[in-house]
Amino acid sequence: MSRPGLSDASRLSLILLFTPFVLWIGLLIILPQVGIGYVSLREKISWNEYSFGLKNYVDFLGEPVYRNTLLRTAWMSILVTALALLIGFPIAYYIAKIARERSRAALFLMCLIPLWVSDLVRAYGWIVLLRETGVISTALVRWGIINQPIEMLYNDVTVVIGLVYTVILFMIVPLVSTLQGMDDALLEAGYNLGGSRLTVLRRIIIPYAMPGIVSGCIITFMLTAGSYLTPILLGGKNSSWFTEQIYNQFITRYNWESGSAFGVALLVFTSFVVWAGLRLTGQSLATTVAKD
Amino acid sequence: MYDLSCADVTKRFGTFTAVENVSLDIPSGSFFSILGPSGCGKTTLMRMIAGFETPTSGDIRIKGESVLSLPPNKRNVKMVFQHLALFPMMNVGENIAYGLRCRGEAKSEIAPKVARVLDRVGLPGSEDKRIDQLSGGQKQRIAIARCMVLEPDVLLLDEPLGALDLKLREHMKIELKQLQHQFETTFLYITHDQSEALVMSDNVAVMNAGKFEQIGSPKALYDQPASGFVAGFVGDSNILAGTLREARGSEARVDLDGGGHVIGRVCDGSVAGDRVEVFLRPESLRLGAADDGTSLTGRVESLLFNGASSRVLLDVNGQLIEVADPEQASALAKGATASVGWTPERARIFARRSA
Amino acid sequence: MQKSGPLLFVYRAYMVIFFIFLVSPLVAAGVFAFNDSMFPSLPWNGFTWDWFFSPVEPKLGLFHDDRLLQGMGNSLYIGLIVATLSVAAGTCNAFLFERKQFPFKNALFVLMVVPLVIPGVILGISILVFASMIANFADQQLGLFLTWLRPGVPLVVMGQFSFLTTITSLVIAARLQKFDISLEEAALNLGASRLRVLLTVTLPFLFPAMFSAFVVAFLVSFENFNTTLMLVGSDAPLTITMYDRMVKVGSTPVLNAVSVVLMLGSGLLALLSVVAQRPKKAG
Repeated sequence: MSRPGLSDASRLSLILLFTPFVLWIGLLIILPQVGIGYVSLREKISWNEYSFGLKNYVDFLGEPVYRNTLLRTAWMSILVTALALLIGFPIAYYIAKIARERSRAALFLMCLIPLWVSDLVRAYGWIVLLRETGVISTALVRWGIINQPIEMLYNDVTVVIGLVYTVILFMIVPLVSTLQGMDDALLEAGYNLGGSRLTVLRRIIIPYAMPGIVSGCIITFMLTAGSYLTPILLGGKNSSWFTEQIYNQFITRYNWESGSAFGVALLVFTSFVVWAGLRLTGQSLATTVAKD
Repeated sequence: MYDLSCADVTKRFGTFTAVENVSLDIPSGSFFSILGPSGCGKTTLMRMIAGFETPTSGDIRIKGESVLSLPPNKRNVKMVFQHLALFPMMNVGENIAYGLRCRGEAKSEIAPKVARVLDRVGLPGSEDKRIDQLSGGQKQRIAIARCMVLEPDVLLLDEPLGALDLKLREHMKIELKQLQHQFETTFLYITHDQSEALVMSDNVAVMNAGKFEQIGSPKALYDQPASGFVAGFVGDSNILAGTLREARGSEARVDLDGGGHVIGRVCDGSVAGDRVEVFLRPESLRLGAADDGTSLTGRVESLLFNGASSRVLLDVNGQLIEVADPEQASALAKGATASVGWTPERARIFARRSA
Repeated sequence: MQKSGPLLFVYRAYMVIFFIFLVSPLVAAGVFAFNDSMFPSLPWNGFTWDWFFSPVEPKLGLFHDDRLLQGMGNSLYIGLIVATLSVAAGTCNAFLFERKQFPFKNALFVLMVVPLVIPGVILGISILVFASMIANFADQQLGLFLTWLRPGVPLVVMGQFSFLTTITSLVIAARLQKFDISLEEAALNLGASRLRVLLTVTLPFLFPAMFSAFVVAFLVSFENFNTTLMLVGSDAPLTITMYDRMVKVGSTPVLNAVSVVLMLGSGLLALLSVVAQRPKKAG
């Protein structure tokens, strides 16, 4: 197709192709985000009377429960991301580099399978395993290891484990993609020049895999912070996960103004963490997430 | 009437001129080649003829009528692409039928036409084969059949033999020439391989940096090159660089950069003092003593055996000269001193080419 | 990389433990669908198909549980609509970014990827709020009752569409990038109109990616929870129905039966999408 100068037909097709994109991004992404920004600045005085101001945000920052929930969500998300990286990196490395050609595809597929199954099924599975009347507890009692059934749900450790389980595959997949592209000759050169395993890992493998690592971390962090089912189902009433607060404000209390403020707070906070992470490691969204 | 004409066609991309004032007229039923190195603009010219690029100025006429206003799918020049562009999701029959179906021909007419053209390219009955089942040479012929079934005014071929191995390429050169005669269609062939152009064409245009340097029959280009570029590009030549000392009529004496002097024939407007190059074809050199000014002496560097194309490499003042004189060559040994001579009119002097 | 014997053994053991970890909740969820007991846990009372097929309370099987079946139906219906829409939009986006030049192309590309990075809950609430604003405006100023802008299936479709389109666009664009443009030029040269070239040459080439994108979009839609939760009305898809059951009513192994069906379905569709993208072997 010739490029020089836009002919009428060419311009028409550009406009036609642009339309779905604009409608989609404009109406479903940009304007709604502006919408919650707008609503978050609103305060209901009475039916159909509103005043504008930062009251919702002030309330949010002023109320320890809300503040702390956000902070807790944030640091637990970072913890989950770090764990997912530590646990997942060796797995990804094995699949990309050590497994043989045939088993590689099979292993990768096996990793993808839990991904395709809903969050819900996975959380339900953990419940079946871990609750007081669940599999592990009754098995332990049966085998006489403990006397009483034990409640393993509804605590932070379980929530972290459950979250790591949910997101670890989103860490492994980008890592495998990136590591697969690495030429074995780079490693061999590293050893040949006298490096130990640790040196090669630190100086060659990790820097090379950095886009994949950053990509994986961004995705897992956002997924964890935005997670709803896993913390609630596995953490119970004391889970205090921030998305639950958002849900409560919107659906339970029908306080959309407050809920929007919370939503904006979550968005801003997580975006900030992602941006900081990208800056620190010198990457951008285009080089990491979009490489899928 | 000319099947295809270009009149002063120019194409500029920003400040870069890809094609400059190119004119050509191709008589009906002839095989015309455009020969030039990579980047000389021949592909751009072909794309303009096909309609994928628009000339900045100039006109393109098919059978006398200008086609500039016609989009690429309405011009009756069909193109065989460099990598053939056979549709992988269709079989051979569907590929060939594609153009016919676009024209809206009846199904009952399409099948016999496809069968006939497959017959003519020597692959009868291959309608149901898949593209990936074909060999390189077969794919070539299907690509040509796909175009020929539409009975075009002109067939454009964009370096189609590049991907084939040597023996197949030699074979296909002859086949293409025969196909052209058979279909009696005008062929416009672009290539950077001068042996392809010389073997197959009725006329060749040598193109360099967007301009045509010479248009003529293969023999004319070989025996009477119009410029240093053509002399160096078409056929093999030994090229000696030097300065024109003095001219007497059409003969001139050139002082060589490497030392010594030679006498040759001035073929362009070069005058005394100009930087020139002297072109000597290997077959115009005769081993043995010769007159002063029309001979060079050197040490035999190597004897290259290549059947009828055997060469002797002579080291003359640091430059390697290729000599094609098989009868005398057998008497020589490596390291021996030898002389070669020529008749002055066979040494062509042209102004020095730009790098 | 050379690894010594014992180290390799430990590494392999690590991999095995990891895969057991990966698989155990799924096995737990699935296995107890076949346990003849009122509770999805040990002891094992024998194998039964009851939780799928039994029509009698209290052991109401999945295929007789009206609410769950309705949920499944809603999920299928929503999934098909959203997958179709997002593949159509994704194809347009793929052509837009692969073939056309326009200002701010790089920034707009990043914008296209952004929906994947926004938490699902936020996507949900933002669309809810925006739709309500429009609906309220229409109601108060124009007197129009736009029920499709209130929580319900249309909003769920829009919410899922908003991020699925990113996925389909990336998948289809990746394939379009591999397309040899001289095929289109050859088709034009042979006399095809631009529309015909699109339909007979370009789209057939893209088809495996479009199909794969459709399957992926359907799958992700089917199992989506966070965004759907904020936008759902009275017609709830299966994930929401199951969640309600779990939290409010208490679970019987019928939910395990649902899990088995979901796992089988997802597995088959995932396999389908991978196979569809594999290059055809020469016949």
